[in-house]
Amino acid sequence: MNQPLPTTDEVEVDVVDLRIPCKAEWVALARLSVAAVASRLNFSIDEIEDIKLAVAEACTNAIQHAHGSPYIEIKCEAASGGLRLSVRDYGRGTHPEHIRSRELNDERVGGLGVFLIRSLMDEVDYDVHPDQGTLLVMVKRLEV
Amino acid sequence: MERTTLDIKVNVREAQGDCYIVELSGEIDVYTSPKVKDAIGDLIDRGVYNLVIDLEKVRYIDSTGLGVLIGGLKRVREHGGSVNLVCTNPQIRKIFDITGLVKIFGIFENEDAAMKALV
Repeated sequence: MNQPLPTTDEVEVDVVDLRIPCKAEWVALARLSVAAVASRLNFSIDEIEDIKLAVAEACTNAIQHAHGSPYIEIKCEAASGGLRLSVRDYGRGTHPEHIRSRELNDERVGGLGVFLIRSLMDEVDYDVHPDQGTLLVMVKRLEV
Repeated sequence: MERTTLDIKVNVREAQGDCYIVELSGEIDVYTSPKVKDAIGDLIDRGVYNLVIDLEKVRYIDSTGLGVLIGGLKRVREHGGSVNLVCTNPQIRKIFDITGLVKIFGIFENEDAAMKALV
């Protein structure tokens, strides 16, 4: 538990790539596809729901903030230690850390998505390049 | 009054007093939440400020769905109203727990209890 997800050099990693239009109507396809990948591992039903929500929130952030991105790329790396998800857009984005985070008891609407991603996944990292898009990498580990 | 899209069904019905029940079925995400927002907004525009939103048939909700519920609550509160939720699905309830929204919404196990807490 709490070990880093092994790299591709260390263990066999199955990779599933998905590219969806950067439009709201395609987010359901992304979350259901990622759930199908997660179900190939030994995640619990609750953990699969967490992963579904996290990837959907990442796609929703891209749709709402990555202006001009034609599509969203979702890379799933499934290994014995867990699942690494990379969600990339190519828009002029807002750094997720600049999207207002929130506190409990807060009635503001903004920042819920980032808050949920951070709450549901074990590792979350952003790589933002102005005018080149945002890469969000998140990991859900399988408990040993 | 019933609205249906591919993934969400919104059923609005009048209950006792000046309370309305909004029963949602399906998945509430960035694509479907505008339909929910419209349905709640229509009621508020008509002067309905006490709502029970029944999530028992909701299989999935994300931050945009939560945002619609928060937005509705803010609007009815401006008129002295309130929004209570019906939710027993542990996965949906968990999302309200981790976001702290359990402290903002009244969440009940059935419509009767949610309505009684409003009136």
